[in-house]
Amino acid sequence: MSFCFPLKPLTFAVGLTLAAPLGSRADISFNKDIRPLLSENCFSCHGPDPAKVKAGLRLDSREAALKAAKSGEFAIVPGKPEDSQLLRRIASKDSDEVMPPPKEHKTITKDQAALLTRWISEGAPYEGHWAFLPPSRSKVPALPLGGNPVDAFLQERLKKEGLAPTPRAPKETLARRVYLDLTGLPPTSGQLRAYLEDADPAAYERMVDRVLSSAAYGEHMAIQWLDFARYADSHGFQSDYSRQQWPWRDWTIAAFNKNMPFDQFTIEQIAGDLLPNPSREQLVATGFHRNHRLNGEGGLIAEEWFIENVIDRVETTGSTWLGLTFNCCRCHDHKYDPMTQKEFYQMFAFFNSNEETGILGGGGAGGARSGNTDPILRLPDETQQKRLDALSSEIAAAENALKKESPGTVAAMAEWEPAFKAQLAENTELWIVPETATVSSKAGATIERLADGSFLLSGKGTDKDTLTLEFVLPQGGFSSLRVDSLNDPSLPGNGPARGGKTGPILSALEAEILLPEAKAAKKVPFYRAEASSIGTGFSIKSTVALETGKGWAVETAKAGAPASAVFVAHTPFPSDGPLHLKVHLRQDNGGGAIFGRVKVSFTGQAPALVHLTPDKTLAPIRTILAVDPAKRAAAQQAALRSFFVAHTDNMERRATESLQVARDAHKKFEESLQSVMVMKERAQPKEAFILKRGEYDKPGDAVGRGVPASLPPLAQGAPLNRLGLAQWLVSDQNPLTARVWVNRAWERLFGVGIVKTTENLGVQAEWPAHPELLDWLAVEFMHPTLLPSVNSLPAQRWDMKALQKLLVMSAAYQQSSKVTPALLERDPDNRLLARGPRFRLSGELLRDQALAVSGLLANKVGGPSVRPYMPEGVWDETSRYGDLRGYKPDAGEGLYRRSLYTIWKRTAAPPSMLLFDAPTREICAVKRSRTNTPLQALSLLNEVTYVEAARVLAERMVREGGATPADRIRWAFQQVTCRAPQATEVGVLEKGLNARLNRYKTLHNSAKDLASQGASKPDAAIEAAELAAYTLTANILLNLDEVITRE
Amino acid sequence: MPAPLARRTFLKQTATGIGLTALGELLQTSGHAAGEIAGFPHVTPKAKRIIYLFQSGAPSQMDLFDPKPQMQDKRGEDLPQSIRNGQRLTGMTSGQKTFPVAPSIFEFAQHGRSGMHFSKLMPHMSKLADEWCMIRSMHTEAINHDPAITFFQTGSQLAGRPSMGSWVSYGLGSENKDLPAFVVLTSFGSGRPDDQPLYDRLWSAGFLPSKHQGVKFRNSGEPVLYLSNPAGVDRETRRETLDELATLNQSHFQAIGDPEIQARIAQYEMAFRMQASVPELTDVSNEPESVLEMYGPDVKRTGSYASNCLLARRLAERDVRFIQLYHMGWDHHGGLPKALAGQCKDTDQPTWALLTDLKQRGLLDDTLIVWGGEFGRTIYSQGTLTADNYGRDHHPRCFTTLLAGAGIKKGFVYGATDDYCYNITENPVHVHDLNATILHLMGVDHTRLTYKFQGRNFRLTDVHGDLVQAVLA
Repeated sequence: MSFCFPLKPLTFAVGLTLAAPLGSRADISFNKDIRPLLSENCFSCHGPDPAKVKAGLRLDSREAALKAAKSGEFAIVPGKPEDSQLLRRIASKDSDEVMPPPKEHKTITKDQAALLTRWISEGAPYEGHWAFLPPSRSKVPALPLGGNPVDAFLQERLKKEGLAPTPRAPKETLARRVYLDLTGLPPTSGQLRAYLEDADPAAYERMVDRVLSSAAYGEHMAIQWLDFARYADSHGFQSDYSRQQWPWRDWTIAAFNKNMPFDQFTIEQIAGDLLPNPSREQLVATGFHRNHRLNGEGGLIAEEWFIENVIDRVETTGSTWLGLTFNCCRCHDHKYDPMTQKEFYQMFAFFNSNEETGILGGGGAGGARSGNTDPILRLPDETQQKRLDALSSEIAAAENALKKESPGTVAAMAEWEPAFKAQLAENTELWIVPETATVSSKAGATIERLADGSFLLSGKGTDKDTLTLEFVLPQGGFSSLRVDSLNDPSLPGNGPARGGKTGPILSALEAEILLPEAKAAKKVPFYRAEASSIGTGFSIKSTVALETGKGWAVETAKAGAPASAVFVAHTPFPSDGPLHLKVHLRQDNGGGAIFGRVKVSFTGQAPALVHLTPDKTLAPIRTILAVDPAKRAAAQQAALRSFFVAHTDNMERRATESLQVARDAHKKFEESLQSVMVMKERAQPKEAFILKRGEYDKPGDAVGRGVPASLPPLAQGAPLNRLGLAQWLVSDQNPLTARVWVNRAWERLFGVGIVKTTENLGVQAEWPAHPELLDWLAVEFMHPTLLPSVNSLPAQRWDMKALQKLLVMSAAYQQSSKVTPALLERDPDNRLLARGPRFRLSGELLRDQALAVSGLLANKVGGPSVRPYMPEGVWDETSRYGDLRGYKPDAGEGLYRRSLYTIWKRTAAPPSMLLFDAPTREICAVKRSRTNTPLQALSLLNEVTYVEAARVLAERMVREGGATPADRIRWAFQQVTCRAPQATEVGVLEKGLNARLNRYKTLHNSAKDLASQGASKPDAAIEAAELAAYTLTANILLNLDEVITRE
Repeated sequence: MPAPLARRTFLKQTATGIGLTALGELLQTSGHAAGEIAGFPHVTPKAKRIIYLFQSGAPSQMDLFDPKPQMQDKRGEDLPQSIRNGQRLTGMTSGQKTFPVAPSIFEFAQHGRSGMHFSKLMPHMSKLADEWCMIRSMHTEAINHDPAITFFQTGSQLAGRPSMGSWVSYGLGSENKDLPAFVVLTSFGSGRPDDQPLYDRLWSAGFLPSKHQGVKFRNSGEPVLYLSNPAGVDRETRRETLDELATLNQSHFQAIGDPEIQARIAQYEMAFRMQASVPELTDVSNEPESVLEMYGPDVKRTGSYASNCLLARRLAERDVRFIQLYHMGWDHHGGLPKALAGQCKDTDQPTWALLTDLKQRGLLDDTLIVWGGEFGRTIYSQGTLTADNYGRDHHPRCFTTLLAGAGIKKGFVYGATDDYCYNITENPVHVHDLNATILHLMGVDHTRLTYKFQGRNFRLTDVHGDLVQAVLA
């Protein structure tokens, strides 16, 4: 690592970019003033990426910058600006000389040049990038009256800027702010009253404690974490099949709610599987790094996507925990941050030893409820676990039985061999086509019997059909059936199917036999089935229920040749007299995948003689049998033994079959269980390489696991795996993790981070508005001394609830968000916090709020994702792939759950969330933009969710709001804003309401239409015109800027 | 901003059809409609707008545009190793034992004064031979659909980058104040009716502010999500509720002082206007029968390629900057001859009609047309080669893209491929080169349209892209 800097303690310069122009300040700070200039304008050619260094000059470290460049000239001569080429080149008017070169489209202003000159005059001191140095515990300035340490830092700064804080917001505003910020839901009227009526000075803190202990807190915290974790209910990419990763989502909600410390929260998600004796929860936690997309497109090269997934994990880890952009280093050394390509692949090496193929379904973990791909963890509940245990015992019992039976096989073989030899020698025609047969078609097809005994179908029945054939079998008994699918010129495309598009598909074959003396027919069980060809994904055994599957699809690629299948009965039915056999050929696939011409034949010969191609199968057996038993080779004996066991009725076969049944039952049940995708380390780590230009098929040098050299090393003795990496992320020495987390907590509560670029704390990060405060918070987060207790529980290390409580307890947080034009001009982004923060709610919160204030919200934590209303066709407009199509909204509860439970299809995410700036969840997103568009207005005005919520709120206005329209308006206004409206506000709404009441009285149908939006039934006791008029008033209330915004 | 209570006058205006005002402006946050790119234009813009006719799934170049008659003699022969030259194959054909050459069964003819070749599947587009510029030497880096389309539209195979339309919206803003700068129209093809899916990501703003994401006009139901008032609410009633809302918001603004409130009021007004302007845009009932006939019978089916082409013209007339069509169904691994004919039937006539219609209205001069898919297809047959049937696998090494309109050299063929249509023999054009050229025609130096994200300046062409001077008029 060539990037080096003196590791001296940081001195943060006071003053901020907000007010004073650059160059006129008393102190120059390298980190604040100089590095951003050099980084932005020079580092792309004179920075840390050695491959791009021009003229042999690097400016990213003092040592390198003071050396002579290739030309022999010195860019920087400390104390001598007049000798420093850097300054001369910046000032040059010669377009060949001037820096930065014109083609870079970058300019250094006069003020900036002056700043560089002063810096060089003062000796050109360098500092390490502030965020890469450990945060030190800043001294808390004197505590202001009625404030906490946070205010001490903020107010010291405000004082310097000549600004004063804004007074505290009204209690109503504070209640709504705290509830929305920490639970994502507005307070209920009871919760609001509890706070408003509590006159104790500690009332606010008591409310905060109540909020932090509600289950809604964890749900709210999870929403952002799901963005980071690129969580979704589908795999992404073009087919975008469903997955079931919600147990991981529920783990995060629970972890937030039980206030799991952030270090543990980190370790369990990155490496829960590597902890000693991991609990089921700790394994579920590792789903974090299985939330990435999985590609299942036809023709994929698995290794390419294996690598993409690992790279996704590196980038997600970097963005989520470190606020660093590792992705640049995939192809080359970082241009700004001291991070090399090699170091990128050292991080990569931590994540590439998961037991996975890299592509969708690669592990073959199927099952009805799972779109999940190995490695997966099954999640049986208690009852299911008992059943699973019982099924395991059955397997063990069957294994024992098999062990008991197999020694007897030798004797059984000896007894069988002579008889079988005799049968072989007879060599009679295997298959017999019965002469008489009756046949019927369920679909009513016309059936003609051809000379070869086959049946040709025509007329009705071109979609699905079941053919029932009844034969009288001559003497000789019955052991096996054969079905031939044949071509015929009368069929579309010469057959074999009636529909012409695909080959026939035999979904199931059933047979009943009536023995000579028996009174009733008996179902024939089969034990063996073989087909000459079969379509991919089908199984011949499933036609006779020996396993689950879709049946026998006659392969169309071999359409020219007939296809055959044989079905061997479990035990033969020997008989001297005629037998009655009834055969049902079920063809349920539809689309004309039915036999156009079919022949059914049978045999009574021993199962060991019955094969699809008997000559071929029996030839090696004949050879073995010709050898004297004593002289047979071991391989021959083994081959004969397997043949015997498989093709005759014997005890070992029966025991084997029982074992198979037990195993199948276990497998089937297990696959029906809920699962979650998890991390599972390979026994041997997979080798990692530097990939040239980041391409999967261009491996360069091998690399081991390691962390970037510009950050502290892994702890002595730490395991060199994901666990060691996770522990490193949350070690005291790591300068980034705590800063990144507190900065994002700040952003959530104050609208803008202390470092505005919450997504990046690398060299290109914005300089913090309050550097000492950021560091103090980071240290306090790791080693609490002043963090408050929450619900009497003292703060622990990495305590997420306590840290957030500290922030919301600050006077700064509690300020009114009212702003004057002067202050607005002075500090438009509110970085100094001379007023309370005010910003638009996210899409999730807007919907949840509407459900909550109307009373529609179904408050249930966790479980499978749900399907609320969605405009018709959103899933189908641009895709006809995958199982996530034909969206049908749930009935009942699923329509009204919190938005974080809404099913998320990555290629067509919930549209009203995207309109409000939610990411698509295809990759890790640590920051959302906050826009204001007309499409958002259309959604809030017209989307059925909001119209229904308005109508239900309207019903409550009429029922609960009081007697007069004005009372009801006041009631509803408080419901949505928490505050009482002013008289003028009531006046505006009342006037509108009355006008609408009159109008809807003459427009009965319109009133009914409006009142019947949504799945819930309107209150029949309220007249439609009245309900419609109130619905629109509620619709207005839900669209108030004050309601869309958290003030 | 007009005083909120004066809006009743406005309603009357809309009722008489004067309602199309500042829609585009207010689709942008806080009325900011101008672009955010410094020093624009960097070069004299030739194109005011783009109609990008993306043919998703990858049309077969040797069956449509790049004739290889010499392949007739090689029919069924194995593709020589010297030609394949270690090229990676998709998992769909990498297991094939042989790679039999499948010459196109479609006849080619030369058209126009330029003598440009088109196969007989393009009877209409070929009539415009002297308008098109045909690049036969396109190449790309991806071999599977998802990464390849993403690469074409965002300059990166990975998810998360802004699409070209978003870049243009961000950089240049909205030319017309009435509609969004970036509109997306999608259609399914009849060649392979179920293929290939598209993804929101393709018109996503990536890391750019999400107001720059493409507004997808839906191919079924309402053209814009949540555009219509709920049943039982007429336009006049909506107007009244918005007046109430604006009055209350305005009074709250007086109390709180946050300018965002006024931006919100403006957005609600814009939403109200869109409720009139979008239906006006999509209502083609006033189009003369002669125009509809030109686009063919499909034009009457909402969501078809033909109807989207007509809509594209109407959007172009309204100066929407980036009009992105996607037509699905070009992925012909098997049964190519029949499927390709279906796709051409969908697109050939409407594409011709769109260009002709634009030309007649004088709009082709400042509209750039792009027609093409995400990669090409192999000369060898995927699956069995029979007398009248074959399939073709993905092929990133060479394929054809057509350009026409603003600033494009007319009747010009650029680049060439080898006998097997497998490798480029002259003038390769990389996706980044094409994108750089498209931006150039919009007046943008592709190296200067940048956005800083996570500490780095990103651009559509990453660190690549050379202007293809030769195709410029």
